[in-house]
Amino acid sequence: MWLEPRAQIPAWMWLVAPALAIGFTLLVTSVLVAWAGAPVGRAYALLLEGGFGSRFAWTETLTRATPLILTGLAAAVAFRARLYNIGAEGQLYAGALAAVAVGGLHGGAGFGAPGWILFPLMIAAACAAGALLLLGPALLKSRLGVDEVVTTLLLNFIVLLLVSAMLDGPMKDPTGLGWPQSVAIADALQLDKLVPKSRVHSGLLAAVALALALAALLRHTTLGFEIRAVGANARAAEFAGMPVRAVVWKVALLSGALAGLSGALEVAGRAGYVTLDMSPGYGYSGIVIAMLAALNPIGVVVAAVFVAGMLVGADSMSRAVTVPTYIADVIVAVALIAVLVATMWTRWRVHWGRG
Amino acid sequence: MLTETLDLLLGLPFWVAVLRIATPLILGTLGVLLCERAGVLNLGIEGIMVAGAFAGWLAVYQGSGLWTGVAAAALTGALFGLLHGWLTVTLALSQHVSGLGITLLATSLASYAYRVSFPKVESPPTVQPFSDMSAWLPLPVLNQQTPLTLLALLLVPTLAYMLYRTPLGLAVRMVGENPDAAEGQGLSVPALRIGAVMAGSALMGVAGAFLTLAAFNAFYFNMVNGRGWVCVALVVFASWRPGKALVGALLFGFFDALQLRLQQAGSGLFGVDVSYQFYLMLPYVMAIVALVVVARRAAYPQALMKPWRKGER
Amino acid sequence: MNAEPALLRLRGITKRFGDLVANGDISLDLRAGEVLALLGENGAGKSTLVSILFGHYIADSGVIEVDGRALPPGQPKAALAAGIGMVHQHFTLADNLSVLDNVMLGTEPLWQAFSRRRAARARLAESATRFGLKVDPDARVGDLSVGERQRVEILKALTRGARILILDEPTAVLTPQESQSLFGTLKRLVVQGMAIVFISHKLDEVLAVSDRVAVLRNGRLVAALPVAGADRAMLAEAMVGRAVPRVAREPTAVGVTRPAAPVCALRGAGLRGAGRRPTLADIDLEVHSGEIVAIAGVAGNGQRALADVLSGLIALDSGTLVIGGAALPARPRAWVEAGVARIPEDRQSTGAIGDMTIWENALLERYASRRFATWGWLRTERAREHARRIVERFDVRGGGALGLDAAARSLSGGNLQKLILGRALSGARYRDVAPTLIVAHQPTWGLDVGAVADLHRRLLEACAAGAGVLLISEDLDEILALADRIAVMSQGRLTAALARSQWTLAELGLAMAGQGLPGMAKSSKPGAETRHVA
Repeated sequence: MWLEPRAQIPAWMWLVAPALAIGFTLLVTSVLVAWAGAPVGRAYALLLEGGFGSRFAWTETLTRATPLILTGLAAAVAFRARLYNIGAEGQLYAGALAAVAVGGLHGGAGFGAPGWILFPLMIAAACAAGALLLLGPALLKSRLGVDEVVTTLLLNFIVLLLVSAMLDGPMKDPTGLGWPQSVAIADALQLDKLVPKSRVHSGLLAAVALALALAALLRHTTLGFEIRAVGANARAAEFAGMPVRAVVWKVALLSGALAGLSGALEVAGRAGYVTLDMSPGYGYSGIVIAMLAALNPIGVVVAAVFVAGMLVGADSMSRAVTVPTYIADVIVAVALIAVLVATMWTRWRVHWGRG
Repeated sequence: MLTETLDLLLGLPFWVAVLRIATPLILGTLGVLLCERAGVLNLGIEGIMVAGAFAGWLAVYQGSGLWTGVAAAALTGALFGLLHGWLTVTLALSQHVSGLGITLLATSLASYAYRVSFPKVESPPTVQPFSDMSAWLPLPVLNQQTPLTLLALLLVPTLAYMLYRTPLGLAVRMVGENPDAAEGQGLSVPALRIGAVMAGSALMGVAGAFLTLAAFNAFYFNMVNGRGWVCVALVVFASWRPGKALVGALLFGFFDALQLRLQQAGSGLFGVDVSYQFYLMLPYVMAIVALVVVARRAAYPQALMKPWRKGER
Repeated sequence: MNAEPALLRLRGITKRFGDLVANGDISLDLRAGEVLALLGENGAGKSTLVSILFGHYIADSGVIEVDGRALPPGQPKAALAAGIGMVHQHFTLADNLSVLDNVMLGTEPLWQAFSRRRAARARLAESATRFGLKVDPDARVGDLSVGERQRVEILKALTRGARILILDEPTAVLTPQESQSLFGTLKRLVVQGMAIVFISHKLDEVLAVSDRVAVLRNGRLVAALPVAGADRAMLAEAMVGRAVPRVAREPTAVGVTRPAAPVCALRGAGLRGAGRRPTLADIDLEVHSGEIVAIAGVAGNGQRALADVLSGLIALDSGTLVIGGAALPARPRAWVEAGVARIPEDRQSTGAIGDMTIWENALLERYASRRFATWGWLRTERAREHARRIVERFDVRGGGALGLDAAARSLSGGNLQKLILGRALSGARYRDVAPTLIVAHQPTWGLDVGAVADLHRRLLEACAAGAGVLLISEDLDEILALADRIAVMSQGRLTAALARSQWTLAELGLAMAGQGLPGMAKSSKPGAETRHVA
């Protein structure tokens, strides 16, 4: 079998391709659900209901979507420039730690400055922490040619251990009941809830706003032009006069900052402190979301809501039927591969036999 | 402090631990090496190791022999390798993206399957793992290891021989350097690449099985804990040569065993009291350092990560 | 005329790519001991035809017979088994492996437990002696010169027992002397019964080395006849199909009289590079406004490094480089702003970004200028207008329904080159000013005759408007047609740039081979070619 590029994508494909991807995903997960001994139809109904079926479901989904949007944006902007930032998980935690360090020291009083100074400082510290963490691998790549995939991945493990050490030691919450968690940030620094008696917080607005800003950046600014060019063909971009190295560093700072911010907003919007399990893999999910969205910032928002809905729905479904929550991860993984194959199909025509 | 360290290094149990820790790394690194020599980056290793660990353990738990379990793990690895090969070679998708997708898929499938099979257990059910070879092997250090370690050690020269002294090995190396050359000599580039990826992934599966069937005796979540990524780093460190891969894995095992001992001894790092987490960090830091050290001299297979389309010249 | 039955027969070979007819109903015969030339312009279908013969493609219709037996289509393995060997235009060699490894590939069954290296080594040595092609079996291919690599490519085919050898544009990468040496090799092969298909677009070579010639034009066979007694003019016209005015230039005396300060001056320039030998050593060169200076030479002698230096990509390790009176930093943007127009060697991978649109590619060098960006915000309308004007003025065709928004990779080679040229020659200000210096590296490679003439014309126009042109090319015909002064590059060194009339073809060839560096007196060796150029 061999592939021939299509000159133009037929209009009907824009609908059929995603539909096929979704259909395939449903098929595979149906098999898995049946294997778990649960009625397939009911399981799906519960899944959808749990994720999107009620006001409560929506608030839960949107709460989960907030950090996913940001890690998704972090991955999208980095991957656009072919900087494979797999370290969003570590950058998230680094941002969370930095936020607590600024906003939570001295028993929650921070540095004693008023809230309207402390809050931006806290956010800035989180962004800086995430950005600096990615700068190392980016530097290693541009100066020494070290592949950033492995370095960012390994850094995740290192950061997580660092967080654990901090939670056992310097940043331990003295009032915590032995459960490792950090000091909390000041109450004044916590984010407001968007919907009363729910968990969705104003961090969501920030995330969506950033998605729009990033979309505008990529399409309408010189930096966005540079990012797209460098990602598409760094050699030609360099020849034409683009400062490729500087672009990569800017992308690294931006991507790391977004991931760090997601950590800060999780702290400020949810518990107010850092725990070891505050992120069930948001950093990695962000990568999947970015790829599902074809690296498009607006698409990231949609994909993040989808993935969040799956995660929330699976939680609620697993309480009612005997399907493990891991089904959500399987759905996301299969969806990713299916979307990749479907996208491929829209751009290339498949020929059987030999050329 | 110094005498303690010397005692440690001269004692046999330390080296037994080194070899035991290095074994899955040897297997995993050889697996990645085989894939990359053929020109395909396989980031699915972390997930494939998890899946292999689970598959091997499940087979044994359900009554198969230990070697059948290892075969099951290898088969599982090969199947994921087939998927990765199809995505990256036949469909020419991004090798980074496909690999990460496979890691996610393999890990989530294994976790799901585990929970479906054992919904109510709290502590993981155990199996009888491989026993050591002291009954029939007279060599020190080695006889405290399981047969899987012996297999790993034997695979090193075998793979080297295959790569450098057989026509198949030459063909595999060629598709990683210049696939057009291979095609021009009548070889099938997709078949060679997918075959290499499947074989390499089978090795990764066996690396996972080592964890559940030899090092430990049950399947835990987070069992692999980044060791797959370490293997990817080690391949670069090894300049894609099996002999150096062995050295790299042993070196890594050395540092990992060392930090474990230091933790246990509790004597701190040069007298300074250090939390245990910093010891645990050491292996990952070493992997990054290893990458940096060889960075300038890295001689990548020239066609690595470049998709090949038939007829595009 | 050879009375033997045909060794190779092609009957009715047709191949379409979409709407394009690459090969239309082609039938040919080839006999043992015969050299058949496939003559035609770029895009005529020669490479497609031999790719079908070798099994890289499958023809839509038609048959291929070797020794009377039909050849299964689409399988290089079958072609190799039938005795067909191919020396590709772009060598299919692995740089990191040795000569022996490259030659041995595919010669043994894959399931064999060990490689018989000693036997292979002996076979290679035997072929090398028999055909007069010397190579070191253990040398790393990446370290070999281009001519040596071609020898390895040929040996690959010969050690597999090829009886039909296909050579695709083999002289494109050789000096004139090396080409002669290749022709000698081919004659030796033919004497031993080999049949050879020789692809070229150079008429003179074809007449020198082949027995019969088949002319392809637009995918069809327009003529097939013995070379002896063939009419040159008729062959040329058959190849091209219409009278295309070949652009030729009367050399100006600008460089010789040196009226003003040069727009570009290199003095003692050197670049270290990775190997033991420096990539560039002691280069002296000047280009003045209104003149065309050409650098001739075979690929791999430092041209790429020199072009990179003159495009602002690399900094020199020693010596000075002055552009328009100022030393520029090694940042391409500074060069663009200083009015240097650069045409890179590889338009697909360095000149343009295939996935981006036509108007974005047109903007690539100027996007940061005040005209197109305000405080970092892109002025898309102005950029599109700029692109539209380039497309119109430089006759860039393509894009289909999407027009400026089509991806650049949808453009044909010639149109892409026009886009790149247009972009390079258009400034950022509202009134486009001619560039001070044009650095063109292999600008007409792979283009058909019409596109080549068009590009030459535009270069001459720019030159007349005051630009200095530095042309780095491996095509001697192009250089001889356009240049005022010619310098030859060999092993990182540059001869003096003498006026065109001061060079003979033999001297150019010698200089390209590394003998005849500055200072060497023009010798009158008996039998030396004394045909003066222009």
